[in-house]
Amino acid sequence: MFVLFFYNKLTFGGMDMDENFKVIENYLMVRMPEEVDHHKSVYISKTADDYIMREGVGNVVFDFEDTRFMDSSGIGIIIGRYKKISYFGGKVFAVNADTRIKRTLMICGLHKVIEIME
Amino acid sequence: METRNDTVLKNEMEITFDAISVNEAFARVAVAAFVTPLNPTMEEISDIKTAVSEAVTNAIIHGYDVEYDRGRRREEKNQVYLHCTIEDDVLEVEVKDTGKGIENIEQAMEPLYTTKPELDRSGMGFAFMEAFMDDLEVESAPGWGTVVVMKKKLGTTSWLEPEE
Repeated sequence: MFVLFFYNKLTFGGMDMDENFKVIENYLMVRMPEEVDHHKSVYISKTADDYIMREGVGNVVFDFEDTRFMDSSGIGIIIGRYKKISYFGGKVFAVNADTRIKRTLMICGLHKVIEIME
Repeated sequence: METRNDTVLKNEMEITFDAISVNEAFARVAVAAFVTPLNPTMEEISDIKTAVSEAVTNAIIHGYDVEYDRGRRREEKNQVYLHCTIEDDVLEVEVKDTGKGIENIEQAMEPLYTTKPELDRSGMGFAFMEAFMDDLEVESAPGWGTVVVMKKKLGTTSWLEPEE
């Protein structure tokens, strides 16, 4: 397990880097696009999972600063990541969400399982 | 010469597009543009865009899923039909696919129920359509396809955003 972890660390350079994904200590920061829909969600989910596995991060932060539109696919991204990392005691955060995004999150009751912050 | 017959606005449009995920953005922007003569608020546009996005996404990933794709006749193309009408201040959006259809509509409309949890679907599609539009009707026949009709009356919310 440990060897695998370091092996992944070393080979990480070979992976496509995306500037919207950043690892800071134990947190994976994901900058969400302007429009979060099913078309974009497939890539975000997959890439976030890659980072979580390779970097072994415990928590995920979704940054909605640029986001002006989100449908239920965005909820799917968050719930999917939450299920993965909560097994290991990780937390999910949503930051910089505007009123509308917050409303979308609240309709699903997500504010009970993730932290919504300014 | 201009006549004053525009007191009751009547308008209709129809688009047919391929059932691929890039068209989700196209569909919701098209409906948002279509509704601009009614002077919708940002809130209303956002609601409409979300609802249209949900309906079209459903058609693409559930109506024409991999299972359906395997069984279909090759010459047919997977397409989504979008039909919108404006009558006075009411927008009606119809989203139709000729895919595999829904076996149990009631169950499908339950919040958090999804047949595709492996694709990270949240099961909130129909719940969102209900929450963001005024009226929602779903008709479906397994093997034939699904029609979703949504209605929204515009001009009911104020222009000013409510204080938090």
